[in-house]
Amino acid sequence: MNTQVAKKPTFDQQGDLPDEERVAAALQSFVSEFGRTTTLHMDSCVRCGQCANACHFFVTTGEAKYTPIYKLEQFRRAYLRQASAFAPLVRALGLVRKPGIADLQQWQELLYDSCTMCGRCTLACPMGIDIAELVKEARHGMFKAGMVPERLALMDRAARQWGSPATPGEDLPDILAEVSAERGVTINCDLESAEILVTAAPAELTEHTKALADAAKILNRTGVSWTMHQEGFDASNIGFNNGDLELQERLTRSLIDTAVKIGAKTIVLPECGHAYGAARWEAAKWYGQALPVRIIHMTELLDELIASGQIRVNKIGETATFHDPCQIVRRGGLEAAARRVLAALGFDLIELENHGLMGYCCGGGGGVVSNVRSAPLRSKVFAMKQQQVEATGAKQLVTSCGQCRITLEMGAKQTKWDKPIESLLELVADNLAD
Amino acid sequence: MDALDIARGPLLTISLGVFILGTLWRLANIALRPRMADRSLAREGAPSWLMGAWGNILRGMWPRPEFSQSALITTLNGYVLHIGLALVVFGYAPHIAFIHRITGLSWPALPDVVMYLAAGATIISMLMALVFRLTNPVRRKISHADDWITWVIVMLPIATGMAVLIDPSAQILARENPIYRGPLALHLLTLELLLVWFPFGKLMHAFLFVFSRGATGVRFSHRGVKL
Repeated sequence: MNTQVAKKPTFDQQGDLPDEERVAAALQSFVSEFGRTTTLHMDSCVRCGQCANACHFFVTTGEAKYTPIYKLEQFRRAYLRQASAFAPLVRALGLVRKPGIADLQQWQELLYDSCTMCGRCTLACPMGIDIAELVKEARHGMFKAGMVPERLALMDRAARQWGSPATPGEDLPDILAEVSAERGVTINCDLESAEILVTAAPAELTEHTKALADAAKILNRTGVSWTMHQEGFDASNIGFNNGDLELQERLTRSLIDTAVKIGAKTIVLPECGHAYGAARWEAAKWYGQALPVRIIHMTELLDELIASGQIRVNKIGETATFHDPCQIVRRGGLEAAARRVLAALGFDLIELENHGLMGYCCGGGGGVVSNVRSAPLRSKVFAMKQQQVEATGAKQLVTSCGQCRITLEMGAKQTKWDKPIESLLELVADNLAD
Repeated sequence: MDALDIARGPLLTISLGVFILGTLWRLANIALRPRMADRSLAREGAPSWLMGAWGNILRGMWPRPEFSQSALITTLNGYVLHIGLALVVFGYAPHIAFIHRITGLSWPALPDVVMYLAAGATIISMLMALVFRLTNPVRRKISHADDWITWVIVMLPIATGMAVLIDPSAQILARENPIYRGPLALHLLTLELLLVWFPFGKLMHAFLFVFSRGATGVRFSHRGVKL
């Protein structure tokens, strides 16, 4: 009997493009990414390796292949051959080998399974290279080549069809009606006009539906007109994570266009990190001009409502620690807002050893949480996070990103860790003062 | 016309030409690339782009406390290497005389003893950089031909310079003509090799680090991230 277990390949492929065409598509996309800042950053690396010690996947495994800049090796080769200052010379003399299909297959693991685009490496780089941004750009080429993890590709196909990886837009009214009935809260849907368009993350449309009710509960308290809308409801933007630029643009536009259609002045993003990256900082790129609406994260909304006195909250009076979502804090600039909300809730905040700008990623960002191949790596990162949380001795662990929450919950379930992961939004909603 | 005359004459002109034109070409390749303007609304209270850039240029001068343990030795070694090289290149009297002959610029030299110490420290730091690259699994993994070539090309002028470091600088400058013409020609040739290699490899970081850090500083400060 053959007892050998076949080793699972660490890559997936979509479609039936011949290998040469996949490589050509990836390279063409890589080259299109080499704008001024990308070129500058591709040219600036001195291979000091300091980025390695910033990466949670390197820190927890010690494997050199997880060095952030190494994840860009094929992108670098494409750059040197196609877009560097001496590219014709590099090609003519064969100084750098052209990436082949085997290279792209091998690098899929490094670009998707072991990078959350958290950007901690960016802060370690003495040359200031924004490695996370380069990984995102490299993913665009991988998507064009049909070489992304199948689970992410599946979500991408669903989002292309439905506008969300979780549910079709036309199901939104029914979902909201069910949540509304279950939680006893009025959740506005498809109003013809409203001041605020509220959006959701996929998990909130399935397992974390309490978040929908909680957002409604808070907004209903303020008296402001608001609605959710089936034409633009999922802000998570799977295209942003996968490298599917076309989908990223379509999903972004659906939010902005819906807001404009109903006359909304503000779009509130859910507790989702990548939604913030995609909408707050990249939406204007797709729109081609300054946006006609203001885009804010749920944490900003809570912070503003508390600061302005539109809502009041009861003091919980316990110790808490806060997991900083990378896209919201390190790459989003919202470090203080969440802490002000926690202070309003009366928490005695005990910071993690690595927090704020320098906090470690949960291990699931950038689509890694949905990538089943990454489970062993995620669990290693979780162990580090768990250790840091336990070292604080805090009673509550709070975060403001649904994806972080799911990642941490998965780790807690696996390790039978008896620590609920609290959402900032839900804590505010549960503790609204009369 | 001997080797020193050739090294001081046409080869110096050619190598300087390659250095200047190559560097400009490399910078132009970056500057002429398309740039997508960031039209997102800046975070309220975000500094100007210039302050954002400047802040990160300065921030990058020293590793953050969180990375100081892993980055300390590399950073210190880097400072010793760069400062040592700068002192030797711009502080040693015969080098200043050489620069004066080409550009007409001159400044007071540092005492020879400082130069000897600086050269010694530079050599040690170069050797340490090599050991790090050879023994550290991360650095071995990410190293390319550029790293090894650059190390050799930077080391050569230092080594050949040490070979002609026989007399005190005052004595060298007092002579009408150099007496160690062969070794001096070799020293000059290695410098010219460095000038020719400069635009092709990672030595360009001498110019790029300002812009690279600055670009990230602009991106992050726009978002209200306090780097």
